[in-house]
Amino acid sequence: MTAELSIIRTAAETELIERFSHVRPVLPGDGVVKRLRDEAFALFTASGLPHRRIEEWKYTDLRAFMRDAPPLALKPEGEAAARLLGQAPPLGDLATPQLTFANGHLVAAPSDLAGIEIVPLADALASGHPLTARMAGLEIARGNTALALNTAFMADGAIVHVRREAGAARLELRFVNGAAQSFATSPRLFIVVDDGAELDLVETHQGPDGLAYQVNSAVEIVAGAAARVSHVRVNDEGLGALAVSTLTVALGAGTDFKSFALTKGASVARHQIFLGCAGENATIALGGATMLRGRQHADTTLLLDHAVPHCTSRELFKTVVDDEAVGVFQGKIIVRPHAQKSDGRMMSAALLLSEGGTMNNKPELEIFADDVQCAHGATCGALDDDLLFYLMARGLPRPEAEALMVEAFLGEPLEFVVRDDVRDALAGLAATWLSERR
Amino acid sequence: MPAVQETVERVKAIDVDQYKYGFETIIETDKAPKGLSEEIVRFISAKKGEPAWMTEWRLDAYQRWLTMREPKWARVDYPPIDYQDAYYYAAPKRLAGPETLDDVDPEILKTYEKLGIPLREQEILAGVKTSRVAVDAVFDSVSVATTFKAELAKAGVIFCPISEAIREHPELVKKYLGSVVPVTDNFFATLNSAVFTDGSFVYVPPGVRCPMELSTYFRINERNTGQFERTLIIADKGSYVSYLEGCTAPQRDENQLHAAVVELIALDDAEIKYSTVQNWYPGDAQGRGGIFNFVTKRGDCRGARSKISWTQVETGSAITWKYPSCILRGDGSSGEFYSIAISNGRQQVDSGTKMIHLGKNTASRIISKGIAAGRSDNTYRGLVSAHRKASGARNFTNCDSLLIGDGCGAHTVPYIESKNASAVFEHEATTSKISDDQMFYCLQRGLSSEEAVALIVNGFVKDVLQQLPMEFAVEAQKLISISLEGSVG
Repeated sequence: MTAELSIIRTAAETELIERFSHVRPVLPGDGVVKRLRDEAFALFTASGLPHRRIEEWKYTDLRAFMRDAPPLALKPEGEAAARLLGQAPPLGDLATPQLTFANGHLVAAPSDLAGIEIVPLADALASGHPLTARMAGLEIARGNTALALNTAFMADGAIVHVRREAGAARLELRFVNGAAQSFATSPRLFIVVDDGAELDLVETHQGPDGLAYQVNSAVEIVAGAAARVSHVRVNDEGLGALAVSTLTVALGAGTDFKSFALTKGASVARHQIFLGCAGENATIALGGATMLRGRQHADTTLLLDHAVPHCTSRELFKTVVDDEAVGVFQGKIIVRPHAQKSDGRMMSAALLLSEGGTMNNKPELEIFADDVQCAHGATCGALDDDLLFYLMARGLPRPEAEALMVEAFLGEPLEFVVRDDVRDALAGLAATWLSERR
Repeated sequence: MPAVQETVERVKAIDVDQYKYGFETIIETDKAPKGLSEEIVRFISAKKGEPAWMTEWRLDAYQRWLTMREPKWARVDYPPIDYQDAYYYAAPKRLAGPETLDDVDPEILKTYEKLGIPLREQEILAGVKTSRVAVDAVFDSVSVATTFKAELAKAGVIFCPISEAIREHPELVKKYLGSVVPVTDNFFATLNSAVFTDGSFVYVPPGVRCPMELSTYFRINERNTGQFERTLIIADKGSYVSYLEGCTAPQRDENQLHAAVVELIALDDAEIKYSTVQNWYPGDAQGRGGIFNFVTKRGDCRGARSKISWTQVETGSAITWKYPSCILRGDGSSGEFYSIAISNGRQQVDSGTKMIHLGKNTASRIISKGIAAGRSDNTYRGLVSAHRKASGARNFTNCDSLLIGDGCGAHTVPYIESKNASAVFEHEATTSKISDDQMFYCLQRGLSSEEAVALIVNGFVKDVLQQLPMEFAVEAQKLISISLEGSVG
């Protein structure tokens, strides 16, 4: 049907518009930042919250999911922050310098790391830190409403600048959410990795179950020539949360970039990755493991722009869907004209463990160059009966046999994680999830 | 890696400036006044001598169309279409119900001769076995001839222009028309429902294997007209029919609109094979002229164990917007889609299929090849979905695209939606995984892996194309054998 529709603003949209006019004067940043916010918000006022008639949001109707817009979270101070952070178990004993965020506000950051500059975002915006001028620079992410909303409301977060002399730098971004009442937060990270520098980044998001809070986070990474960046993201938000997250990546020549996302939390999760190759010979590996149950809805959307020749990318995303959950994978590889010798391979595999689960896959290719190699694959199905029989015939009870198979299924993308300790911690989270299966 | 030289040459041979069917037949025509209105809809209905219920059906569609917007989601870009600046009905003047071919304007007969379409029924010579094809020839808005009607009638098969079916077999038309593609399905289908002029109607009774291939040849001739044909094919229980469709148009600088609707219905154990060689005028190398081809084709496997198979060879049209689909409603039904889309010049193709698995143990298979050359854009867009009750559904999709030169684009947009755990969907873009067993068998017999892939993927397509009654069947054969070496997903 293509019948004419008149768009009526939802309660959440109306609230966001009113809120922006109230908070705009007090949000940090001068003329340049204000202009950035205004442009971003204009995108939102023009299109409203993205809905299913917008191709990129076809399977995740944010307009329907986001019924209201709860108030912005205030910064928990002192003891309140410590209490909140104490409620969430750390990912593991990672021995990594930590930036901690309580309800999206930076509450602690290491100050003495050689070669790494960390500036709280509010300070950076207010003081006109030179790096703020480079924020929101990735062209392919410009029209994205979720990112635009983050840009419009960004008030806290951090700017991180990793210089070459930092050596093999490690950082953990630890986000813990929780409050007595529903709230919204939109933290923003802007991370610049200089030419030849190295960064290993772990990003965890946690929150309590049973609280309907909204997170719209964004991490921007700009990697210089020959930089090496590996990134791991864990979504362990509370099961009542609506968690939209955006990762934008701009890669210089010869960079090596890896990103892995484990998703098991939130009622509605959408993780979007926008990656642009600005220099030749970049190597990209993106992986993901998503585990869903109950009525969870999780969407992984990625857009990879092979804008220059000789870049290689590998994507492997696996989704396990139990109960009545809904999994979504949308991937798009663009190979621009003249981006010859691009090599992109994208794979999405889904396992439906129950009768009521749903998986929507959309692996897309958009190719404008003739000397490239691109492939995509998508599979969707149940556990293999023959394999299950084989394991059960060897004395494994059915739940254990199933768990073993699911573990093996998720194990493949976990290989994208470089650090052994992080990989073990993630495998532990997956094992816990499996043990919680009825 | 880039395309191999042989492929480049073969695609070049069918480049837009090589279009062979661009001639125009000069004849007097009877046209409706320009534009689209309720009066025009009534005019068309009256011209066709339709009963009142059909006129009402059309008017209802027209009213609904007025409330609809043109879809914009496809990857095609064209200037706005002025729906008031075209003729919605054009028919050769000397055609007041021709009884025999001798009554048909000789110019039209010459046209079909030039196109290589046999309108004279070939007799079976003693001892000589020739393959015979029944043809319905549609010229602009009317059917000019339908061959072998009598012989088909002996087998109980009804094969006639749809306008005749509306008059002669209203009970069948009423029962099935719009039951697969509802009136309000989409903008172009609704437009078609209001103004469709001719097309073919086929009914194959239970248990009958249609004694010959059926085919319709569509020709747009008149300037400034659109062609809106409607085809309805019903295969009753346990029957079989193979249907071929071809289309060409004169070379002109203006764009002409073609918005067709094809509905297929297969009841229990029935099988329909539908093949298309689409060769509308593609426009010139600068993108001037060419047909805008907005087509809704859908088959409904309504009965258990029924089967619908779409085969298409797409080389023509400036814009192609076409998704032949299968609704796999009956338990154990199956759908197939084999497509080769080749775009040259400034052609834009957005084509693919939809396989909607509703019944238990339904199976579908999609093999699509897109070849883009010149400055064209070639998009495969396909949906495979399994609904809650589609236990045991299976799909295999393989789509390859190939680019020739760096001025063109090849895109793949698959949608894979599963709501049933026992449904097994595989979407593959690499040729090596077709079937290891089949590949092994071929390789073992000394074929190279590329030859083996060509054999496996194309074997069935060749079967269909060998039956094509058209001159360019030979070319279609060549297209099939085009090497996809260097293809990308």
